[in-house]
Amino acid sequence: MATPLPTPGVGRTPEPPDAGGACASCALAPEATRLARLGLDPGRYSHVVALAGNPNTGKSTVFNALTGLRQHVGNWAGKTVARAEGGFSYGGVGYRIVDLPGTYSLLSASADEDVARDVLLFGRPDVTVVVVDATRLERNLPLVLQVRQITGRVVVALNLVDEARRHGITVDVRHLARELGVPVVATAARRGEGLPDLLAAIEQVATTDDPPPPLRLVHRDPELERAVATLADQVAARFPTLPNTRWVALRLLEGDPGIEAAVRDGSLGDLAAPPPGTVEAAG
Amino acid sequence: MTLDELPRGDRAVVTALDIRGGARRRLMDLGLLPGSAVHAEMTSPLGDPTAYEIRGALVVLRREQARAVHVEPEGR
Repeated sequence: MATPLPTPGVGRTPEPPDAGGACASCALAPEATRLARLGLDPGRYSHVVALAGNPNTGKSTVFNALTGLRQHVGNWAGKTVARAEGGFSYGGVGYRIVDLPGTYSLLSASADEDVARDVLLFGRPDVTVVVVDATRLERNLPLVLQVRQITGRVVVALNLVDEARRHGITVDVRHLARELGVPVVATAARRGEGLPDLLAAIEQVATTDDPPPPLRLVHRDPELERAVATLADQVAARFPTLPNTRWVALRLLEGDPGIEAAVRDGSLGDLAAPPPGTVEAAG
Repeated sequence: MTLDELPRGDRAVVTALDIRGGARRRLMDLGLLPGSAVHAEMTSPLGDPTAYEIRGALVVLRREQARAVHVEPEGR
């Protein structure tokens, strides 16, 4: 961990990167031996990273910075949202990275949110990076909590900290990390700021054998709690290896049609099938 | 009163959402929860829809949607 981290060469960096020696004109800083961006061909990878976040949090900028791609993700209602994928290698290990459409929630019924939810649930990424807007943290935290209810393998990229700074906003990163139980890294992706720390956090979460458990929502209403528990038991009986039975039970109680269909046709069982790290071969 | 009755330029605090299912979820995802501060920012020429400032973002609601949001007007 003490080895100097690279400053990833982020396209045309307006000001010289603070870590010395990174060459502004070449895409890859010469000493950036730990980070090699692989563009569209992820090649062999060991870990799958999903990028989630509200719209306009700079998610795609983070994606581009990590992969060296220049993809522009449009985000408008009704668009069939293809998830963008790329890859990078860090510390000699290959990572495949999936850029999810921007969403406020994993629970509403829009195509974007379905894509995001399905990747998180069924794709079971090794790490989910939730990119949040430091200037509008309050709006962004619900999605973080929803992701945390699905998995503990989460890194929060507190992005746009440069803009927040300009607005006089400081975020207590350590406190936030403690509250969420997962690493929080301050970034300004368009300037490359914080990316080395983000990569280190991704590596740490990807390789840990002991991720924090998913957040468990406790309801004060005993009847609801009983209904969730009963239904969760039934879901567990039908899909014995499913990790998120309570989450699924809650969605069923809400009448989520996507989850209902997945229970009915049994595809929910796929959730438990692939062990982390071997999710569908590339291509 | 409900949010659709909030005069332009006025502020209010959400007290309840009188709506169920996906539509309720959506409003909550957009930051409209009991306790949220709302500011009626601008109205389209025909009076519908209206743009509200909610938790640092502008959210545009149709009248029927706004009618489902109960609010307590501020400072009067």
